[in-house]
Amino acid sequence: MPKEMLPYLLTMVLLMIGVYGIVVKRNIIKIIVGVIITEYAVNCFLILQGYRDGGIAPIMTADMNTATFVDKSVDPVPQALILTAIVIGLGTVALMVALAIRLYEKYGTFDISEIRRLQG
Amino acid sequence: MVRVLPLFVAVPLGAAFMLPLFERLKKVRWLADLVAVAVTIFLFIFALQAMASPGAVYWMGKWSPESIIGINLVLDGLSALMLFTINLVAFCATLFSIEYMKRFTSKPLYYSLFLLMVAGMNGVVLSGDMFNIYVFLEIAAIASYALVAFGVESEELEASFKYLILGGLASTFILFGIGILYNATGTLNMAQIAQTLGVPGQNKAVLLAICFFFMGFGLKGAMVPFHAWLPDAHPSAPAPISAMLSGVLIKALGVYALIRVLFNVVGVTELVANALLIGGIASMTIGGLLAIGQWDFKRLLAYSSISQIGYILLGLGIAAGVLFRPEIPKAVAGLALFGSLYHLLNHAVFKGLLFLSSGAVEYATGTRNMREMGGLRHQMPITAGACRVGVFSIAGIPPFNGFFSKLIIILAAVLARYYISAAVTTIISFVTLLYYIKVQRYILDGDVPEALEGVKEVPVLMQLSLIILAVLCVALGLFVPLLRESIFQEAERAILSGLEYVQLVLAGG
Repeated sequence: MPKEMLPYLLTMVLLMIGVYGIVVKRNIIKIIVGVIITEYAVNCFLILQGYRDGGIAPIMTADMNTATFVDKSVDPVPQALILTAIVIGLGTVALMVALAIRLYEKYGTFDISEIRRLQG
Repeated sequence: MVRVLPLFVAVPLGAAFMLPLFERLKKVRWLADLVAVAVTIFLFIFALQAMASPGAVYWMGKWSPESIIGINLVLDGLSALMLFTINLVAFCATLFSIEYMKRFTSKPLYYSLFLLMVAGMNGVVLSGDMFNIYVFLEIAAIASYALVAFGVESEELEASFKYLILGGLASTFILFGIGILYNATGTLNMAQIAQTLGVPGQNKAVLLAICFFFMGFGLKGAMVPFHAWLPDAHPSAPAPISAMLSGVLIKALGVYALIRVLFNVVGVTELVANALLIGGIASMTIGGLLAIGQWDFKRLLAYSSISQIGYILLGLGIAAGVLFRPEIPKAVAGLALFGSLYHLLNHAVFKGLLFLSSGAVEYATGTRNMREMGGLRHQMPITAGACRVGVFSIAGIPPFNGFFSKLIIILAAVLARYYISAAVTTIISFVTLLYYIKVQRYILDGDVPEALEGVKEVPVLMQLSLIILAVLCVALGLFVPLLRESIFQEAERAILSGLEYVQLVLAGG
């Protein structure tokens, strides 16, 4: 296995940990943390797309010409993507936490196995 | 047409952010209604215009097609059809909401979320850029999570939480898939991705991306085995929102996105065709069988949605499968797609109608339990009439639209020699008839229970939106050949020739 594969595999492991948390855990807060971990996994995966060894920040200064800039800088597109993805993730998590608080008010518990008034 | 494309997103988005300000204006409560209805009428008229002249590309910020970072909006036949479906149901749901939502706390906030959802869906169907699909999809999805919980009762919160967790996971999978495609091609523009990938099925990384897309869009579109959230989430929402969720949201976010990515971006392979077929048959069968045992009216409708989504996926699977069988003429693929898209439009109309009439019944009687209802045709003649039209359509009784779309899908399956699929589809059509006979028997006919003696017909505006949809159910059935020429042929062509999409976007800009 080439060495460059390792970080990609680790993001997959992170994704699996998040999915495990969502599927197995009974506590609502832990499920929310599971969702957050999957979001981090995908953010790490996206930022890896733009990574290069010894790359510089994708900001073009006056003393650079386009060719050296393209040669040296990391890819800025994934950075823009995860910036957006983080904001969207924030919205989702805020809504999840708000729902968790309201659920606690209604049911008096965070245990998902006791929150089941809807019939299967 | 090109110049107005951004308005499909901008107008509802702008209105959505303006509406919460009306929360303070207690004296002019009708203002929020007026704005919401005006926006949806405006969008519907524009959608009609868009359908008249599909084939336009708008590049945001004047980026040229040559650059690899421009973001574009693409209107082709398929997008135009979806825009029409979304904005039609949105208009009827808004009309219905004016009276129905009076019982809830805040109408301006409700309309604000509603229009956010519409903006997100319009964005998804117009976007020509993978990442923008994700962004618009999240706008629509987050608004829908909040709308499911709008009543803030314990059941609604529970359903919304379940929906939110699975929906969030689906979004993550979709973003993962987009990341893989970006890695493989170095661009996010769908046309450029398609151009770079070339012949489908050669790149192994793309196969992983397809798996992620199947899981992600499958979860959003409630394809079996990813359907568990739907029967909780859709009935818990207020009725107009149920109509939007079942009628168009699962199609715009699930089915449409899946079609676009599979047919126009990564290209179908035989594996994909089989996955669509199996997913379609499983959804159809399991959704249909689970619907029979339901006593909650809206829950029955929700299970039926899973079943009907199965028909649409099956049609797509047949169309994709035919492409890999040289002995079967290509026209069969066109026929299968026609059936599938026609059923998509029909399902939006009749499931919207049925969910709205379930809302009307709940509004008048205060219950959703079918055991406690009966004889409503005497007390609520218009609602009952509209509901009956919806029932006949979805069950596939001849002159109504559901009959023709199911017939076309079955016909295409036979012509493509998928005999087992055709047989299963026919059987499930009878199962559908069975559980809708139950709806008629327990809700519309029979004796009136004592508790419901004083039930009255719902207000005029609610009746009006029911009547519009009921008339459409009949009209869509009567004018099939006309419709095929005017609307569906463009959409079929857009799907079947993946390359044409590339040409439209990169040359026609």
